[in-house]
Amino acid sequence: MSDKKKRATPLLDDLEKGPWPSFVKEIKNEARRPMVQDLLGVLERSYEEHIGHWKHGGLVGVMGYGGGVIGRYSDLATEFPDVAEFHTCRINQPSGWFYTSEALRDLCDIWDRHGSGLTNMHGSTGDIIFLGAKTEALEPIFAELTAKGWDLGGSGSDMRTPSCCVGPARCEWANYDTLGVCYDITQGFQDELHRPAFPYKFKIKFAGCPNDCVASVARADLSIIGTWKDDIRVDQAQVREYAKSGTDIQKEVCDLCPSRCMAWNGKDLAIENAECVKCMHCINVLPKALRPGKEKGATIMIGAKAPIIGGALLSSVFVPFIEMEPPYQDLKDLCAAIWDFWGEHGKNRERVGEFIQRVGLGSFLGQIGLDPVPEMIAHPRTNPYIFFEDELVEAATK
Amino acid sequence: MPERKTDIGPPHYEKFLPPVIKKNYGKWLYHENPEAGVLVHVAESGDKLFTVRAGTPRLVSVTTLRAFAELADKHCGGYLRFTSRNNVEFLLADPAKIKPLQKDLAALGFPVGGTGNAISSIVHTQGWVHCHSAASDASGVVKALMDELYPRFVNMDLPAKLRVAFACCLNMCGAVHCSDIAVLGVHTRAPKIDHKELPKVCEVPTLVSSCPTGAIRPATVEGKASVEVEEQQCMYCGNCYTVCPAMKISNPKTDGISIWVGGKVSNARHEPMFSKLAIPFLPNNPPRWPEVVEAVVKLVNVYATNARKHERMGEWIERIGWSRFFKLTGIPFTKYHIDDFTHAGETFKRSAQLKH
Repeated sequence: MSDKKKRATPLLDDLEKGPWPSFVKEIKNEARRPMVQDLLGVLERSYEEHIGHWKHGGLVGVMGYGGGVIGRYSDLATEFPDVAEFHTCRINQPSGWFYTSEALRDLCDIWDRHGSGLTNMHGSTGDIIFLGAKTEALEPIFAELTAKGWDLGGSGSDMRTPSCCVGPARCEWANYDTLGVCYDITQGFQDELHRPAFPYKFKIKFAGCPNDCVASVARADLSIIGTWKDDIRVDQAQVREYAKSGTDIQKEVCDLCPSRCMAWNGKDLAIENAECVKCMHCINVLPKALRPGKEKGATIMIGAKAPIIGGALLSSVFVPFIEMEPPYQDLKDLCAAIWDFWGEHGKNRERVGEFIQRVGLGSFLGQIGLDPVPEMIAHPRTNPYIFFEDELVEAATK
Repeated sequence: MPERKTDIGPPHYEKFLPPVIKKNYGKWLYHENPEAGVLVHVAESGDKLFTVRAGTPRLVSVTTLRAFAELADKHCGGYLRFTSRNNVEFLLADPAKIKPLQKDLAALGFPVGGTGNAISSIVHTQGWVHCHSAASDASGVVKALMDELYPRFVNMDLPAKLRVAFACCLNMCGAVHCSDIAVLGVHTRAPKIDHKELPKVCEVPTLVSSCPTGAIRPATVEGKASVEVEEQQCMYCGNCYTVCPAMKISNPKTDGISIWVGGKVSNARHEPMFSKLAIPFLPNNPPRWPEVVEAVVKLVNVYATNARKHERMGEWIERIGWSRFFKLTGIPFTKYHIDDFTHAGETFKRSAQLKH
């Protein structure tokens, strides 16, 4: 540690106070490194000046990979030379973010030896983030990671690191094996993950039920949301227990059901299952009494993204119901078909959701080989500007 | 250096699952949330798994990760995980270890909570710690906010769960656009073009096509290929800066923070919805961002006082109507709240059903 480099950081120091755990304390935990001293210096400067001091990434990475490392450089390199290069490594997280203390220490040891010692657990897409490495450290980090069984995640215009909810590992509402399929898809598409070849990023998130704990409907180009087809399983004795211990079944469950498919007579909860839209509310409120059905699978939705460029989108229904059993061939074929068509015709930096809006969902379905079904829309079109193709009119006038 | 391996993918998750999970994988029956930050999952076999959840600042040092590893060794056979909102979770087979673990976490300064009808950790982006396009810091605003919202993390006294998210620019790496409360860094001035640098580091056609409103046009400046910006058409998204570093968008005087409300991703009751604009601009005022903290705390309190049980922020606002929302919160309604982007017309009120 070089004491002479140590700078006063009064603004950051203020954020060491208060009950919530402090990121400044975390940074200072690693401040024996010159690199972290300079990080504190640059950050304090940002707090003084109200502006960031990081420049765009250049092309940095490890041999043979196009993704997984985000280049980052300081624009105050002369003053803070130890953060002149301060790259991010994305490391593919284990499904469901489960660790043993041993695995966590392996990662800490590697990062201790070669970088800032600062991480995000985890980044927005789901990866383990190693925050702040010099270019020369990248290959050694990669070699040590792979030696311990870890690999880099995605970045740039590639399949981004898939992620999933806790799923059947700890949740009674998992309608398919989110951890299993997340691992399977990640392993099956290593080339798509590591070598960017798409028009833009493509995120896949696996949520085990419509509660969507991984926010797939908002954040994934392909949102795989667990659901079921048959009847909600009801334990009437447990429903009565909830009522007895203070849950107002009529008000808290029946009246809040979006399709009003439930009735409570003070003794039994009746469910008109054909009308159920699988929203999860009743099951969330009465977890001991109600369970999803037994005929399980997923709804596949497509196209979510944040605002840049043409505005934010939520995913929309693509496949209303699909069985999710290994080897997940239907899902893999669907991914390949999407990547094929979008890869060929998508514009640079055009997410698949924006691409679908440009070419039309109807045309997109045709290219992918899916039939249009009413589950895909909120309502049919209200404008009469229809692009008729010859066959419809010809068939009708024959 | 060890032999070079590539494309091995992540380790198989099964290696990291505690025995009680391996045994009951996919066979969980129900769960309960007996106190803030503690979950009990009961399997069909009768086995129980006890989870203790603690908040983290997301930016965590290896020193802290090692401390977590030590706690996991001490209390639960070394098994732990992280959540999609950056909380750490310890996975216990023995309920007698819950109290000692809570005590150890408190001693280390990591609050147990974030379950049920609470505010869980704020998901957020990198901000000035690491990002080139940040309009604000992320970790600092989140720290200032959570210091004040702390009681809402360690208790479960809200009408429903309340998800807060922070993103430091419109790229929204934190995908804040479907949160109960979204705090979003915004630029408010058109980019400043570095005409000397631009020809060296940018492709003009890519730059021109990066603009969602067509505000960027090719131009020759002092004999060199560059661009010009029709400033009235610019809505400061910063996409041009992402493709071309010579289009500097950050501005220390005019960058700031906006606040959005009423989004959700869960399908429970109401379908997923976007967050909508509540406050268009608040200043960047480090290290504690008092204007932002005050505004968010007020929103949380007004929601907590007025919403019905199980009602998320957006469901509550939909029931009472936006005019009452602005009245109750005291937030001034301005022309900036009215959409004027591509599908603006869809957001206009087209009925006479009004509360007077």
